[in-house]
This record gives sequence, C-alpha cells and structure tokens, in this order.
Amino acid sequence: MDLSGFAADVGNASAGPVTIAGTSSRGGAVDGVRAVVAPEGIEWIQADEMTVSCGAATKVVDLDAALGEVGQRIALPLSGTVGGALAVGHSDVRRLGYGPVRDVLLQANYVSAAGDVVKAGGPTVKNVSGFDLCRLLVGSAGTLGFLGAVILRTRPLPQVSQWFSTATDPWATFAVLYRPVSVLWDGTTTWALLEGHADDVREQAVLASLTEAEGPPPLPTTGRWSLPPAGLTALAATTGFVAEIGVGVVHHTQPAPQRSLSAPLVALHQRLKTEFDPFGRLNPGVDLLDG
Amino acid sequence: MTTLLDDLRLAVTPARVRDHQSELNLYRRDASNFDGNTSVVCFPTTTDEVQAVVRACVAHRSPYVARGSGTGLAGGATPLDGAVVVSLAKMNRVLSVDAAARQAWVEPGVLNLDLSRHVAHLGLHFAPDPSSQQSCTIGGNVANNSGGPHCLADGVTAAHIVALEVVLPEGDIVMIGGEDPEPMGLDLRGAFVGSEGMFGIATKICVRLTQNAPAVRTMLLDFTTVESGAETVSAIIADGMVPAALEMMDALCTRAVEEYIHAGLPMDAAAILLAEVAGLSHGLEDEVARIIAIGTAHGARTVRVAQDEAERALLWKGRKTAFGAIARIKPNYYLHDTVVPRRKLPEVLNQVYEIAQRHDLLVMNVFHAGDGNLHPLLVFDKREPGVMARVHAAGEEIVRVSVAAGGVLSGEHGIGLEKRDYMPLMFDPADLAAQASMRSAFDPTGLANPAKVLPSPAGCGDVHNVPEGAWI
Ligand SMILES: Cc1cc2nc3c(=O)[nH]c(=O)nc-3n(C[C@H](O)[C@H](O)[C@H](O)COP(=O)(O)OP(=O)(O)OC[C@H]3O[C@@H](n4cnc5c(N)ncnc54)[C@H](O)[C@@H]3O)c2cc1C
Repeated sequence: MDLSGFAADVGNASAGPVTIAGTSSRGGAVDGVRAVVAPEGIEWIQADEMTVSCGAATKVVDLDAALGEVGQRIALPLSGTVGGALAVGHSDVRRLGYGPVRDVLLQANYVSAAGDVVKAGGPTVKNVSGFDLCRLLVGSAGTLGFLGAVILRTRPLPQVSQWFSTATDPWATFAVLYRPVSVLWDGTTTWALLEGHADDVREQAVLASLTEAEGPPPLPTTGRWSLPPAGLTALAATTGFVAEIGVGVVHHTQPAPQRSLSAPLVALHQRLKTEFDPFGRLNPGVDLLDG
Repeated sequence: MTTLLDDLRLAVTPARVRDHQSELNLYRRDASNFDGNTSVVCFPTTTDEVQAVVRACVAHRSPYVARGSGTGLAGGATPLDGAVVVSLAKMNRVLSVDAAARQAWVEPGVLNLDLSRHVAHLGLHFAPDPSSQQSCTIGGNVANNSGGPHCLADGVTAAHIVALEVVLPEGDIVMIGGEDPEPMGLDLRGAFVGSEGMFGIATKICVRLTQNAPAVRTMLLDFTTVESGAETVSAIIADGMVPAALEMMDALCTRAVEEYIHAGLPMDAAAILLAEVAGLSHGLEDEVARIIAIGTAHGARTVRVAQDEAERALLWKGRKTAFGAIARIKPNYYLHDTVVPRRKLPEVLNQVYEIAQRHDLLVMNVFHAGDGNLHPLLVFDKREPGVMARVHAAGEEIVRVSVAAGGVLSGEHGIGLEKRDYMPLMFDPADLAAQASMRSAFDPTGLANPAKVLPSPAGCGDVHNVPEGAWI
C-alpha cells in the first residue's frame, strides 16, 4: 500500500505537532492539534496464509465482514478502526481464547516522527528477523509512530459459537472446560463462550452444567482494571464488576486503581520516546504512564 | 584500581569465576559455526549476583554475553572480542506454579522440557517445543523467541511469556510485563522477547502454561511430488483448520530417517507430511476426516493414522531424530531457517534444490510446513577442501530466494551473527534505524552482547557473512 501521501501529511519535524484521527471510538485525536488520517481499505486477503493487509483506518467491522466471506475473522474488538484497536491494544472479552491484540499484528508500516515510512516485522505468520518493534507499537497510543498499513493474522470461524451461563463458581467452571473462548463473572453469575464442533460444545456445556445464554452480560465501562488472574478471588465480596476469568481484565463501575512504574522503567520509557520522537510531535500530551 | 577479574570474583565468589583456557574453550561458541573468544566465564546464582556482574562489566567497559545452554544456531551466545560470558545455567529452579491461573515463575536456566515435565501432573505444559527442548533453556527461548512444531496452533515463545525480571544493561533490576493482562505503559515484555541478549539479562520469567489436549490424533501422509505435499498444507489451512502441527520431510531426509529408526516410512516417497490435530473428540475426528480427504484429493498415496501412543511416538521420533539420521550421511551440517508464504513452498523448495545442486552440495529438507518455516539442511564433510565456501555461498542464496518470495530471514533461530549482515535484504535504512533506536534505549552502554543482530553501518547493503572477530 502506498503510504507516501500519508507520510507527506504527517511531515517532518518542521511540520510541528500532529495527531491521528480514527473514528473516535477509543478517545480519538488530541484536541487542538493538526490531525491526519491513515489510508483506509483492504489491500488483500490471503485465506490460505491466514493473513490480511489493510490500511490502518479500515473499520474493524468492515474487515471482519470481508474475512467472514472466506470463513475467517480477526481477533480485534469490533469497533473503530484497525489502527485505533492496535494503538490502544485493548482486547475484547474473547482474549482468553483468541489471545491479546498484540499477537494479531505481523507487520506494520508506520510513519515516523521524521516523516519516514518505516517497516516493522514481516508478512509471514512466523518471523524473528530482528527486534520486535511491532510489539512496542501495539498499545503505544500513537506516541512512537502513526500506523499506515498493517498485515494481520486471521483466525478460522468456528462451526458453532455459543454463550452460556451458570451459578457455579467461576474457577470450577474455568478448570473443567477445555480452552473456553471466554469466562466472565460478576460475583454471582458465571458466563462462558464456547466455540468449535457443535457436539463438543454441547458436551462441554453438560460437563460444566451450563445453560444457554443470550450473550455476555453488559460490561461496566467506567474502569478497566488489570489484575493478576489469581487475584480475582479478592473481588468475591464486592459488586459492580464483570471480570474476565483466566485473563484478569475487570470491567468495573469504579475507576481503576492508580498505578505507577519504578524509576528505571520510567527512564526507559522516556528514552524510547526520545529515540522515536525526539521533539515530542506525535500525539503531544498523550502520556502512557499517566495513572 | 581493581581489575575486572577481581570485581567479578567479588560479584559471584571466586569459585564461580572461571578463566582457565581449557574451560574458556567450551564457551567460545554456541551450536552455530561461528567461533569467538571469551576472557572469563561466570556463573551467578541469584539476581543480585547477575546485577553485580553487569555492574562490574559496565565499570570496566567490558562487553558481556548472557548464555543459556549454548544451543543457539545463529551465533547469539558466541562471545566476541573476549567478552565476559554470563552463564545462567546455575539459575535453574522452578520458583512457583499457580495451577489455577496457569502461570509459573522460573529462573532462566530451567531447561524447556524440564518445565513441561514439572507441570505434567497438573495437566499442563509449556507450549513452545523446540527440537532442542531437552537441552535449551527458557532464558534462551525468551531471548530467541523460539518456536517448535506445536507453535503452529499455540504460538511461539512471545505468546507464552507474561512477565520478566530483567537486569537492564545499566544494572537496574526491573519487572517488565506482569501477571496482570494489561501492564502499564509500553509492551516492554514484547520488545524484550527476541532481543537476543542485547536488551538485558532475564533473571526470572513468568510463563503461561497451556492445558494438555484431551485427545490427539497423528497422521502420516505420503506424496509422489513435493508440490502435492505443499499444496495439501495450504489447502488444510484454507479449509479453516489450524492443526496442532504440520511437519514435512523430503525424499532424501525420509530415507535417511527410515534407515536410522525403521519406523516404516515409505522409502520411495517424494515427501511425507506429519499432521497432528488435538482437542475435543468430535472436532478432532472431523478434522482427521477433512485432512484425509484434502490429502487424498491432492494425490496422497497413503494415509497412516497412528493407532496408539506407541505408534504416535514412533512417527514423531522420525521427525525429531532427523538430525541424528543425517549425521550418518556426512559428518557436518549447516541448518538454515527462513520463512516463506505457505503457497510459495513448492517454488522455493525447487530453488533450494537447484542452488544445492549448482554448489555441488547435498540438501535435505525437514521443516515446519504449516507456518512456511523452511529448514534446508546442507550436509557436507568439512575436511573436503573448499567446501565451506560453497556451503556459505549456497546458504546466502537460500536466504535471498526466501526473502525474494515474500518471506523473512528467520522463523525461529534469530539473526545473531549469522544473518546480521543480511538484515538489509529485508529492511531499509529507516527500518534498521528504528530497531537500532530500540537497542539504544534499552542499552545505552552498548555492552550487552554487542555486534549482533544489527548490521554495522559500514556493512549496510553489503552482504558479507563473516563478522570480524569471528571465524568459521
Ligand atoms: C539440534 C537443535 C535443534 C534446534 N531446534 C530448534 C527449534 O526447533 N526451534 C527453535 O526455535 N530453535 C531451535 N534450535 C535453536 C536453539 O535451541 C534455540 O534458539 C534455544 O532457544 C536457545 O536456547 P539456549 O539456552 O541454548 O540459548 P543460548 O544459545 O545459550 O543463547 C541464545 C541467545 O539467548 C541469549 N540469552 C540466553 N539466556 C539469556 C537470558 N537469561 N537473558 C537474556 N538473554 C539470554 C544469548 O545471549 C543468545 O543471544 C535448535 C538447536 C539445535 C542445536
């Protein structure tokens, strides 16, 4: 995909501060700063490689729909743009089965603070050629570079996908199921998403005494907590949450507790930012270490 | 002023600092063909000792190289210019296992297979399974982001590491990543995995453990052409299956293995495909049937489904002893590692045969077909005059045709010294500068395993395989 126009829009240091706009589903561009938009559209889908190449401004739902036509899907949350999903790096409730967002990105072509088009990673599903810059970009909130085009790994669509619920303890449910796609818990009810062969899903449901459910419960959106999966037991006596068992993401009605990093790690973040964006022109004001 | 040796003896006690030439010779290289040299090897047993070693090296401006078992194939653990070797072999305890959360903390020197054995009674295992798993360390797996046959469905090492305690190159001890799913800030854990010892030394590692599959079926399909085998692989994936493993061996390799282990492999096959599916019973049987149908439609002569665990083990033994089998043909081998898009496998394999023939070399292919990860194995006798030059010329051409086919330099062995100067085949100067930025941020001292991975600026674009300070 030709990114020269996008690179020209971003410009180099003399072009001053710049921000990138998606669909604002995840917070959006920085206010009061000149905004650019990445290219949109699917370049190719290679079903037998299980890879897809698209512009970063492609909407995740459009990508997912196109992949559906070849019996595949993408393990990104189904909202906003592909670039936004990667830049924020938050998985949806299927992370237990599908893995984190960072494992979806195989290659990124981004525009650097110097206005150059830079390639990270490679097009194949397996690759250890050089340092893993893709991992650093996922979740970097556009502070190291602006994603222009990406190559992503896809997944096959399952034969059956069904939500269930039960009043059984979530850890007992988690322990008995074989690779569930999601196990959620609100302190009272446990939900599970099972996928695969219809007969296997049915047998697993019987094994764990699950009853079919409409879908996952509504998720509180005020706080997105990140707890060690072993620490979720501490939520037992509380309310106002939906926790992802086996993962540790907690969707909460209360804001997430404050966090901080040790001084050497703060210094390492600063060195990385300085290396990649010496003048601080990309998404100015976005601070990954804030709270 | 104290000497480096004095400071190292203080850091880890004199008994664990070795500088006898006879011992140093054991640490001059890894399992690659690159030889370097070290002035001293030390064996820390705690994080604090690793920190003290790193600080001593920094104080004396001495380069140092972390080392696991030295099974790396790209020269990553080969010390250059007398670098201090920091062996993690004595830090080999499994620290804790949380069966409910399916996570474990281990020291870096724990051997890959030992970890899976340690958690087997819990119905769990560590998914990355390099063929060297009996001898390589988890620390080495992390540094090289290693793979293995079963990484097709479950992902390579990066997908199984959640947190790391690291001694950074300036000597600070930090915790990167976390047991929690979304640690604050950048994904430093992800950046560290695959950094080949150049971003610091991992001293504790939190791994994700994977549920053992309730059932497994292993099949062997044989083909009269390599193309039909490779097309079967693509067709299986396109049909919406990600088997647990899809491994292929070509004719020469199959014959060598059969003569070695007598597993009943077809001696006249052009290629054999080992396919394994794992999971719940109904999905499993469905996949077995679909794989047989796809294979047959693509001209598979026979499909053998392992009837019991003994037969399954025998089929895998064939795959896993390929290296031993080859040693019977010629005394030396050079194992390559590139990745190509799956559908380019037949085309690139033909080029590999042509390259080997032109350089008058024998080549065998045993590889992770499911993810397009080629392992052309050049076999030769080092004593034959001029043979090494031919081996290297052929190797370079194999790398070039793989990249030209839309592939990458390495699928699992890493860049190290071996492919350092090939990096410009895949990356432009701006791409390499970004990777160099990562290195500068993690290691402002430049002392952690210098001269690996990144091509020297002078060598950019100019591919010459043997770095200074190393000899073959
Ligand atoms: C017969 C054979 C088969 C193989 N099969 C496979 C395979 O199937 N898949 C595969 O991926 N690889 C394979 N390999 C390659 C090799 O085994 C892996 O790369 C392995 O992960 C290296 O582990 P090690 O402990 O031997 O590391 P070493 O070789 O000692 O070191 C490798 C790199 O890791 C760094 N390092 C080691 N420990 C640490 C630490 N604690 N912190 C930071 N850096 C560290 C070193 O500096 C070096 O750069 C094979 C090798 C052989 C000889």
